[in-house]
Amino acid sequence: MEKKIIATTSLAGCFGCHMSILDIDERILDLIELVEFNKSPVDDIKTFTKPVDIGIIEGGCCNSENVEVLRSFRKNCKILISLGECAIMGGLPALRNGIPIEECLNEAYLNGPTVGLNTEHIMPCDDELPMLLDKVYPCHEIVKIDYYLPGCPPRADLIWDALVALLTGSELDLPYEVVKFD
Amino acid sequence: MTNKIKIKIDGKEIITEEGKTIVEAAKENGIFIPTLCNFAGTLPKGCCRMCTIKINNRFMTSCTTPAAHGMEVENNTKEINDFRKGIVELLFVSGNHFCPSCEKSGNCELQALAYRYQMMVPRFPYDFPMRSVDGSSPYIIKDQNRCILCKRCIKTIHDDQGRHYFAFKDRGHKLEVILDEKMGKEMSQAIAKKAMENCPVGSIIYKEVGFATPIGKRKYDHQPIGSEIEN
Amino acid sequence: MKDRIFEIISKYNGDSYRLMDILHDIQAVAGYIDHATIALLADKLPLSAAQIEETVSFYHFYSDKPLAKFNIYLNDSVTANMNGRKEVLAAFEAACGIKQGQVTSDGTLGLFPTSCIGMNDQEPAAIINDKVFTRLTPFRVKQIVNGLKHGLSLDDLVVEECGDGKNALPEINSMVCNNIRRKGALLNHDYKLFSVINDILPNTSSDEIIDIVSESNIRGRGGAGFPTGLKWKFGSRAKGEHRYIICNADEGEPGTFKDRVLLTEYPEMVFEGMVTAGYAVGADMGLLYLRYEYKYLLSYLNGVLESMRKNNYLGKNISGIEDFDFDIRIQLGAGAYICGEESALIESLEGKRGEPRDKPPFPVEKGYMNLPTVVNNVETLATVVKIIKNGADWFNKLGNKDSVGTKVLSISGDCRFPGIYEVEWGLKIGDVLDMCGADNVQAIQVGGPSGALIGEKDFHRELSYSDLPTGGSMIVFNKNRNLLTEVVLNFMNFFIEESCGTCSTCRNMPYVLREKLLKVINGRGVKQDIEDMTSWARLLNVSRCGLGQTAANPIVSSIKNFRPLYEALLNHEVEYDSGFNLETSVLESCKVVGRQPIFHHNA
Repeated sequence: MEKKIIATTSLAGCFGCHMSILDIDERILDLIELVEFNKSPVDDIKTFTKPVDIGIIEGGCCNSENVEVLRSFRKNCKILISLGECAIMGGLPALRNGIPIEECLNEAYLNGPTVGLNTEHIMPCDDELPMLLDKVYPCHEIVKIDYYLPGCPPRADLIWDALVALLTGSELDLPYEVVKFD
Repeated sequence: MTNKIKIKIDGKEIITEEGKTIVEAAKENGIFIPTLCNFAGTLPKGCCRMCTIKINNRFMTSCTTPAAHGMEVENNTKEINDFRKGIVELLFVSGNHFCPSCEKSGNCELQALAYRYQMMVPRFPYDFPMRSVDGSSPYIIKDQNRCILCKRCIKTIHDDQGRHYFAFKDRGHKLEVILDEKMGKEMSQAIAKKAMENCPVGSIIYKEVGFATPIGKRKYDHQPIGSEIEN
Repeated sequence: MKDRIFEIISKYNGDSYRLMDILHDIQAVAGYIDHATIALLADKLPLSAAQIEETVSFYHFYSDKPLAKFNIYLNDSVTANMNGRKEVLAAFEAACGIKQGQVTSDGTLGLFPTSCIGMNDQEPAAIINDKVFTRLTPFRVKQIVNGLKHGLSLDDLVVEECGDGKNALPEINSMVCNNIRRKGALLNHDYKLFSVINDILPNTSSDEIIDIVSESNIRGRGGAGFPTGLKWKFGSRAKGEHRYIICNADEGEPGTFKDRVLLTEYPEMVFEGMVTAGYAVGADMGLLYLRYEYKYLLSYLNGVLESMRKNNYLGKNISGIEDFDFDIRIQLGAGAYICGEESALIESLEGKRGEPRDKPPFPVEKGYMNLPTVVNNVETLATVVKIIKNGADWFNKLGNKDSVGTKVLSISGDCRFPGIYEVEWGLKIGDVLDMCGADNVQAIQVGGPSGALIGEKDFHRELSYSDLPTGGSMIVFNKNRNLLTEVVLNFMNFFIEESCGTCSTCRNMPYVLREKLLKVINGRGVKQDIEDMTSWARLLNVSRCGLGQTAANPIVSSIKNFRPLYEALLNHEVEYDSGFNLETSVLESCKVVGRQPIFHHNA
């Protein structure tokens, strides 16, 4: 069987979901038999070099760069998976949703207890920086997502079972314990 | 002396007593009907619509409908389960339910129902409403982000004269459950603990208590909600 | 002020079931109901402050903030908008110098939107301090605002000759018009008032009265269509120390205004109907729940009751019938569509939020104060009087097999003669349109927003309980109207505004559906959105009351009957569109940090 191509990324996330991928322990050796990684922090490939079968997205979208990356994943991957709470519903970064963005920025750069060094009261505004979105968006509220694997992080067993089912085309029967939101 | 009656739930005949609600009758017979707003010992008020069933092609709430002899109830059907899952999803998107940062995670009935109905993602877009947190009471925090407006606290938490600590405010999409300012300040520790226990979600949190039980060992981490009823 | 509030509380004997009246009186004296007042009330009533706020915050016309000396509530109904509300609002804003939702800095004028006020045949209309102003134009608005600024009273500003019939009576003094266009069995002035009380009740047993009503086959005229005779029979058999008759005069379904006309021109018949129901059911108390928007009729109606008391049509041993004691009190609502639902109305009568109750038990068993209660519509009660007078057979000859009798329609929208039409059941929609002078018709909304929006292919259908039921609201839209933006969106806004919020479904789903509708209207819709709206709307079927169950009808019925309007707006090129817009979503943050949005990649 030809190896399937996988790409992964972490948008507005904490890399915890990637850690959970690694938590499949020795099964990672089996995984390598089944797949080849393309663009991913796992192998540090920065750009897509070939069409990808499965794109795995960690994190939601909090800025314009996240949106660009997510859109490029949609363009280059046949299947997209939202991995973890942040990708699925914004997660902890989305705690800022509902709070006016000016308040968030003022707290972060002008008024917060840790802004002491910012004596000139500068708000980062360089054109090279990504622009903040009005709120943190779940990935499927930007592009079409095919599958969702919840959890914070998703249990390694869930990731493994889901990947195997996808790669081998078998039925996915998830035990109760593996689908959790925390 | 009570009158025994027979009803059918999904074709299975069960025996119950006249005057019992369908949800009670089902429970005694090992049949789970999911509920959120229903709370033993208080008058039911079908707020959450989770316990919706079908009788004679009409949707009814089983927490408010008394069982009557010969009744045929549809409960665990594709149509009804999809409605129930839809309600859970609707509650998730209309509040700010951040399970990973919620003290109640693992013990939360809303989350447990989402697990039971295998909600991977709500079908509806997230609303991310702006909601407040009231910490004015010395013993509890009322977090509006997590409130599902089930009325349990309104119905169950009151003083000796029957005055309510909690009450609805506004209506429709702006509806919230507020804590009475004066009574909230004078609330006893016992009342505060009861309020937290009666809340199905993490909207009423007893202050200064963190994570006594770790994630992974909480109530619904291994057993689906309702499995204690089902045989 | 404190003493005044205590006076008000003792006027109602500290009865928390009269909270609606207590709040009305306080607001009349103090202008609003603030935290301090609520705390005072909580001291004297067996309720916590939060519980009182629960009621205050539910109703549109109670305010917890200071209002103005003159508060202008400009109707936001669909017909108001079709008749130039936008220009009228602009004129109000310019003349008052404030935006909608604000109060002038000197506290003289306040300008607020409000849901349908029952004046659809004379829009745009506004309520200013309980006085109704109809057929507003920008010119008229300037005149009114200038007049108010220069110390004229509202009575000075009403154009008196406008109001026809009893609207011109000094007790009403209103410019509201009846616009009665067609009279039938009910509206014909062929009935000698109180002859049922005088001549028939003393010689007829209560069971016989119920039998006549049952045999007449009359069904409730409010919209739900429950057989009236059966309701009375249930009510008469239910056990209870007292029984109550409630007249539901909370017509809030946008587009209906026939009860307003009945109460203006035929109040004696409505009250006589209540007395008759009281006699039949064995009730000793009648309550008429009057929607706040019709407060201008209150003192007139109380005058009618007073003269009925003088003539022993109310009070003890009515018409010489031993032990038949019955009186009527009018309860004023405070602005909540949902109170038209009978159990919500009862909750409101008990001084609480208008949240519908779970059924069973039905009000006929456990209604007002948990006692047997019969709730009837204004039109039903007036009609019953004529049925008792003329007999069940007379009534059965009217209408069609499925729906007997006549129905009073409230017709408005794009037609030359909006107003009240009494027709026999069975009339075809096409005939309704011809009757009211409607041309170039695109659609007609039958039964208000909770009913159906139907187009030409259904104009052959008939008004009847089994085909096209209606509480009377009929709104016509011509081919120049944008049904989605002008009609469906307005109706969805209405349902969102008026949901009591208790059910998880009705609290949230109309809001979710409106967002989808807006997505389509804004050109970001895809085919899946139409499927989503249709299937998601089904979730509302499990709501507790009729409002919740029908809150998606504007969308569902327009998709069903006007699908091409949606299709035309869809993007058929793509399968998925979340509606996300990168360009607009970064605007706010760029503004705060002070940079121009730049997009490096072509998205």
